Amino acid sequence: MSTIHSKAAEAYQQKPEVVERHDKTFFGVRQKRDNMARALPEWEDLRTLASQIKKHTITHLADYLEQFEQNAVRNGVHVHWANDADQYNAIVYDILSSHGVKKVVKSKSMLTEECHLNDSLERHGIEVIETDLGERILQMMKLAPSHIVMPALHVHREDIGATFRRLIPNYASIASTYAAANAVGAPAAPIAPSAVGGSPADDNDPTFLTYVARMHLRQQFMEAEAGMTGANFGIAETGDVVVCTNEGNADMSTSIPKLHIVSMGIEKLIPNYAAMGVFQRLLARNGTGQETTVYTSHFRGPRPGGEMHIVLVDNGRSAILGNEEHWQTLKCMRCGACMNTCPVYRRSAGYSYTYFIPGPIGINLGMLRAPLQYSDNVSACSLCCSCDNVCPVQVDLSTQVYRWRQQLDSLGKADPMKKTMSRGMSFLFDRPAVYKAALWMSPAVNWLPAVLLNNGLNPWAYGHKMMKFPKKSFHQLWKEKKV
Amino acid sequence: MKVGLFVPCYVDALYPEVGVSTYQLLRSLNIDVDYPERQTCCGQPMGNAGFEHMAEPLARKFDELFAPYDYVVAPSASCAAYVRCFHPNLMKGKSCSAAAKTMDIVEFLHDVIQVKRLPAKFPHKVSVHNSCHGVRELGLSSPSERNIPRFNKIIDLLQLVEGIEVVEPERPDECCGFGGMFAVEEQAVSRRMGIDKVKRHIATGAEFVTGPDSSCLMHMQGIAEKEQLPIKFIHVAQILTAGL
Repeated sequence: MSTIHSKAAEAYQQKPEVVERHDKTFFGVRQKRDNMARALPEWEDLRTLASQIKKHTITHLADYLEQFEQNAVRNGVHVHWANDADQYNAIVYDILSSHGVKKVVKSKSMLTEECHLNDSLERHGIEVIETDLGERILQMMKLAPSHIVMPALHVHREDIGATFRRLIPNYASIASTYAAANAVGAPAAPIAPSAVGGSPADDNDPTFLTYVARMHLRQQFMEAEAGMTGANFGIAETGDVVVCTNEGNADMSTSIPKLHIVSMGIEKLIPNYAAMGVFQRLLARNGTGQETTVYTSHFRGPRPGGEMHIVLVDNGRSAILGNEEHWQTLKCMRCGACMNTCPVYRRSAGYSYTYFIPGPIGINLGMLRAPLQYSDNVSACSLCCSCDNVCPVQVDLSTQVYRWRQQLDSLGKADPMKKTMSRGMSFLFDRPAVYKAALWMSPAVNWLPAVLLNNGLNPWAYGHKMMKFPKKSFHQLWKEKKV
Repeated sequence: MKVGLFVPCYVDALYPEVGVSTYQLLRSLNIDVDYPERQTCCGQPMGNAGFEHMAEPLARKFDELFAPYDYVVAPSASCAAYVRCFHPNLMKGKSCSAAAKTMDIVEFLHDVIQVKRLPAKFPHKVSVHNSCHGVRELGLSSPSERNIPRFNKIIDLLQLVEGIEVVEPERPDECCGFGGMFAVEEQAVSRRMGIDKVKRHIATGAEFVTGPDSSCLMHMQGIAEKEQLPIKFIHVAQILTAGL
């Protein structure tokens, strides 16, 4: 038996050049992160501090949540509490429908993915437009994110170009303005008009595609009656919400529509701005290898004449807090560094995982969400422990994967082959006399494959040439005084 | 000081020469070393596969068997790490004396004996394989993820060998993809990780890959031979005793 992840990962290997590109891209992000880490002498202290702050906050969560709510209300913000995804979706729909909203622009939020908000709103006839470029591309292609920070890095520009041409209704008129827009103060790049107005010869040119996306999104910002953002941090002391983006799309989403709705998991809270200073220094350095995100936006209250709502979402987080073995996942700030360093993620990519968050943190969060449904990801770890060492809040990711493995058998999800092999080994190893006899009577070739060979398969031979077996074991050599 | 030699199951069965080198190395340094014969396995294969309860009795027996020794030394970083990091939890309720005194051979020579001279000769270029558990559980070298002063105990020891040239591959401590039963359950990714790793070792121009874990070496050797990638594999202990 193999897991869904292992099968999907095997299928992914069919195109080695794609694997290589994915691996190199994300290892490149890891290296940028390393350079940032080495540039700060206090790096390891920052990680320890961040871990301690998160631990402190989530173990005093009730108090901080109340303080946050009080301050937010004082700032003129409407605060809502959602126990689960359904409640959350209903609250957001109520706010939007009571304001007659038909179109909402949205900056990136993993929480809305977690709760399937877009589907829910669209079922109610509300159009949702993702404004993070990567998320917008995926939304148009009807794909899920493959990474939590760089969701569309696996998509090639040819496919993006084709998607834009097919799905942006006024593509041709946007394209026809490109040459003129570029001429103003633009570098003297040769622009050869092609079939479509003033677009460049290569209509998959990244700069051109970015221009098309910008013009397309600008129109959405103008038309939308509401803007939604996630929250990277909520600051209890002030009631502020902090949103980090590289594209400024959170600011665009909240600067034009008068209605702003923030979706925030309750674990996003930190006590104060002194703590914010620690996380501000860690988030982008770990996530993308930047010193800071291009935009760090602090929202305190509604704009004049506008309305601001914050929906605080639990959706299983309180239960995690009470989980002795896995509470540390609540410290996670979704920087994605564990994915970038994970040798398995880099070589199997996001869609091999069955939970919407891939990589080390996703394996764990999936199991916390629904162990029976998401146990197929637990195999996706060689226990190399690299993730533990990049994590800016020191989540014990690999130890947690190890712990989940111990539970698979009782969940009825253990791999029968691994179980048979483990049983065979434990029988042998628990009986030194039998073990010695096995070594003595015959070289390992006669009993080791009995453990390896199951169901007529030799899984070792899949990637390996079989090892040569020595005539005598160490045990035997020792007995014969040949050591 | 009395040392108990632990030759993990797969080294016992597949790489007895690594056990022999380790024993000879310790003897050559005038260390009182013994090999308790009733030893088998540390239990890691079952634990990593998700059957920790099958490893529990092995941890208890390991502790009893090695109780008379001041140190337990193994030519396998991963097995030593399992004893140190996981046995205490397996033996919950009971004190685990083996955890603190079980060491990989590199760590033992570097930190306890503080070897400064070795008579070994190995006139070859070798690429060091920094195995994951050696790096991140035992601290044989500074993990590349961390901003801490750089060190590498394996390289420190290898530099004592006459004629040797020591290099490290690009991505010096990325996993080779063995991971115990990971190599079986996630065979496609494991294979790919192995190929990538072997190629990076080859790119250094080294004749040999060496490391403190025969398990990683076994995995990479199996892959290198199947893919016909030209490089040889040798355990650190064998280099440290070369020409003795």
